[in-house]
This record gives sequence, C-alpha cells and structure tokens, in this order.
Amino acid sequence: MVSRTRQKRAPAGPFDYSRKVSLRLVFFLGAIFLYAPIVVLVIFSFNDSRRGGNVIWKGFTTKYYEKAFNNDALVESFINSLTIALVSTIFAVILGAVTAVVLWRFRFPLKPVYEGMVSLPIVIPEICMGVSLAVFFSSFGLYVPRDVAFPLNLTNIIIAHITFSFPFAAMVIRTRLNSFNREMEEAARDLGASEFQVFRDILLPHMRPGLVAGALLAFTLSLDDFVITFFTSGPNTVTFPIKVYSMVRFSVTPEINAASTILILITLAVTFVAMRFQSFEEPRK
Amino acid sequence: MESYRRNFRAFLAFFTPSFAWLVLFFFVPLAIIWLYSFGENETITKIRVTWTLDNYRRLLEPEIVSLFWRSVWLSVLSTAICIVIAYPIAMVIATAKPKWKPWLLLVIILPFWTNLLIRTYALLNILGTRGRLNDLLHWLWSMGDGALAALGLGDLQLLGERFVPVKFLGEPAGVMIGLIYVYLPFAVLPIYASLERLDRSYLEASLDLGASQWRTFRQILLPLSSGGINTAMVITFIPMLGSFLIPDLLGRGQVDMIANVIERQFKSGNDWPFGSALSLFLLYVTFILLALQSFAAMRQRRREEARG
Repeated sequence: MVSRTRQKRAPAGPFDYSRKVSLRLVFFLGAIFLYAPIVVLVIFSFNDSRRGGNVIWKGFTTKYYEKAFNNDALVESFINSLTIALVSTIFAVILGAVTAVVLWRFRFPLKPVYEGMVSLPIVIPEICMGVSLAVFFSSFGLYVPRDVAFPLNLTNIIIAHITFSFPFAAMVIRTRLNSFNREMEEAARDLGASEFQVFRDILLPHMRPGLVAGALLAFTLSLDDFVITFFTSGPNTVTFPIKVYSMVRFSVTPEINAASTILILITLAVTFVAMRFQSFEEPRK
Repeated sequence: MESYRRNFRAFLAFFTPSFAWLVLFFFVPLAIIWLYSFGENETITKIRVTWTLDNYRRLLEPEIVSLFWRSVWLSVLSTAICIVIAYPIAMVIATAKPKWKPWLLLVIILPFWTNLLIRTYALLNILGTRGRLNDLLHWLWSMGDGALAALGLGDLQLLGERFVPVKFLGEPAGVMIGLIYVYLPFAVLPIYASLERLDRSYLEASLDLGASQWRTFRQILLPLSSGGINTAMVITFIPMLGSFLIPDLLGRGQVDMIANVIERQFKSGNDWPFGSALSLFLLYVTFILLALQSFAAMRQRRREEARG
C-alpha cells in the first residue's frame, strides 16, 4: 500500500520509462508493425480465392495447403533446404567448435588478425560473399554435374552455407567456453588424462549447451539464406527460398502463403527449442 | 590461456581446419573477384586480368553515381527512422520488470528469426494499392472525412474528394518500409544492451538537481547510450546498404540499390569484371564504416576509463 501511494506521488522516477504510456504505445505499435504483415500472410493462406489471392477475403479453405503439399517442385525444394541445413549445420558446429577452442585456449602470434578473419564472414555484405563464391565455383570449374545423385548435387550450396554460418556458431560456443573452470582440466591432466581424453571427457560436456545453441543458430541461418544460395545454386538445385522467390516473381498466390506459413511454423519450433538452451537474456549482437 | 608453443600439435589440430576452410572458401573467392575487378571480358565467359582500371572508372558514370546516392539516402533515412523507433522500444524493455524483460525482448527478436524472403513477401501482400495498408489508410481517411463533416467542414473537401490509394510498390517509400521492417530488431538490441549497462545514478542525480525529464533524457541518457546508438546505426546501415531482396521485390525494378545492379552484372548482364568492381566498392565502404565504428567505440571506452 505504502509503495503504491509513493508511486502515485512520484509518477516519473529516474528510470521508469516502461511506465510511461507514450513509450508503451510506441512499443505496442512497433510490435504491431513487426507482426501484422506476418499475421495477414498466415490468415490469407486460408483464403478461398484463385487469383491475386491477397486482395479480398472469400472464405476459409485449406486447399492451398493441399496444393502446396502436392506441388512436387515445392516439396523437392523444401527437402533440399532441410538437407542443406542439416549437413551444413553439422560441419558448421564442428568448425565453429574448433575455432572457439583455438581462440579461447591459445595465445599465438597475430591472434587479433585471426579473430578478425573469423568474424569477417559475419560482417561482409551477403551479396559480396554470394558473388565471390559463384565466381569461385565457376572459375575453378567446380560445376556440379547435372546427373549427380541427390545429396551430392547440393555440395556447392552446402559449402557456401558452412562458410557463412560457422563463424556465428564459433561466437556462440566461445561465449559458453568463457564459463569453463580451467581447474577441472588441470585436475584431469594431473590424474593422467591425455590431451584427447581431456577434450572428450571434460571440455566437450561443458561445451554441449553452446554446441546445441550454435547448431540451432546455424540451422536457422541456413534455412533463412536467400542471397548466397541464389548465387551458388544451379537450375537443378533449388532451395525453398529460391523456389518461393521464383513463384513470387510470377504471381502472388495463396499457395505461397501456405508454404510460407509452414516454414514459419518450423522456424518457430526451432526458436523455441533454441530458447530452452540459450538464455535469451543476453542479446546477440 | 596457454602459449601455442607449449602444445603445438593440439594447437594445429584445432587451428588448421577452420583456418584452411576460411582461406579456401572465403579469402580465395574474394581474391578472385578482386583480380577480376581489374579484368576485361575477352569473350562472354572468359575474363583476362589486364590490370585495367576501367571497371573502377565506370563507378563514376552518372548512372552509377546516382545509384550509389539512392542506396545511401534510402539506407541513411531508414536507419534514422529505425533508431527513432528502436530507442523508445529499447527503453521500455530495459526498464520493464525483470519478469517481463525476456518476453518483451522475445517479441522484438522473434520476427528476426523468420525467413527474410517470407517477411519481404508478407510486406508485398500488404503494400499493394489494394493491400491491407491501403485498407487501413482508407479507413483512417473516412474517419477523418467523417470528423470534418461533423465539424461542418465537409464541403471544403480538405482530405480530397475521395480516397486515393497510396502507391508503395515500385516507390522509394515501399523499399524504405521494407528496410525498416526487416532491420528494426537489429537496432533495438544494441540500444537495449547499452541502456541495460548504464549507471542509473547519473539519471537520479540529474533529476535530483532539478533537471526536467526531457533535459535528463537529452543531456544524460542520450550521451550515455551513444555507444549503443552507434553500434545500432552501423549494424542496421551495413546490411541495408547491401540489401538485395527488399529493393528487388518491393522496388519492382524501379528503385534499384547497389546489390540489384551487382546481381544483374552476374546473372543477366554477364559483365563480371564490372560486377566485381561494384562488389568490392561495397565491401570497402563496409570496412570503412566498421573501422569508424570501432574507432568511435575505442574513444568512448577511453573516455569512460578517464571518468573512472
């Protein structure tokens, strides 16, 4: 009771911005701005209209989900995307983990330079990376032959995805390593553990939450990527975003909305799993 | 931390894989486009590196200069608007009850995890002349018109005779909405982090000494969070400047930005040397901005240390 009356007497404390109605309104409008387009997209995936399906509401239907599921090219691109994300995530986590360990454990000459090199793929414009990889693959004649069997025909895209996602994984894993108690490692070594045993039995278990968080980040990044894939994919290796892009260029149909809704649901699921492993109180920069 | 010499084999085992990968699939490709930017097209697919500067000279053509200019002002304006919206949002999150904080943060971060293409496509659905945003504007218009009529000003037609839908697609406004929409979460996070860190006793002191809330905000809070604002500006501006998908889909070929022209050199134009020069130019601009930002951050840190 006492505190409530005091609050009334001093309506604007030094750091009480969250109680200001005007600021709350900005937050609220900002959230609407961020979510309204996605909500409209989801709603109109159920719209029973053939052409320009997003203009007028014509009643509820799920037929566009059926249509999306029966669109072989779309399903194939979806499988491609998931395969690329899965394979590149495995590599990205391994490379990210060794990078994180190097940066966390060793002192070596030109270390700041190496640190800068690792973070470069995070900061350079996507288009530059996409273009350079496209040129790289074609000027070395690294075209994937047309008749190569399924997972191997995605090699170029997978290589590209590993390259841009492992530095992110490395960052996440390194944060986790900072909380490692080095005395545990020394104790293990004093008790006669070899270098490899120390890594496997002491360091790796401690890294696990970081590895999972890094993997989920790499997975989402891979699933999300458009620009770099756009430059490294061939006519026979279409990923989901590339397929949707080509469909959007033709026309805007409820089928795309349905397919997008499915991907949004998958991303949401991955994010919620990620949240259980990574405290989201420390924001990613 | 131990010296790499003490356990050189372990060091190599950890160092080599990522280093080799980075060199082979990141630096070699960049080196190739760097070389190509000094090259000439011999045939459509064959490029000879002749160390010509023509590709860079072409960056000064009026067409390309106006392209840079358009990309820069679209990104600058969108960044500014992003910061203006993001700051109050970050303030609300930073000062919310601890129980609420993670959830409010999640509200802002979640769209950022959604596929970029899907978010851009979602905007495409809304921004059309018969899209939902124009529906909203139409509704606002009829409300305003009704209010004016009720005030007896209906005959003056202050808001125009009838509602004219606003064209967003293929216009700079549409592209800017897209840029702001996509990169707003980028701007909120660093500002939030800096507000979360800052010493609140300065604000108390300012208010105790009789400064108004507004003056405290302007002279204490804003300078103390300038580091976060700087970071927010850089990490929203850089991806905006290089964005491809947003101007491509929302600009409809009418509002090209640098990346769209780069893409055309590689996909349809087949002028790789010029495309390489353009990409490298974008890359250099990015580096300069990052260098300026880290320089500013360094100076800020030194100032804070001097203050104690």
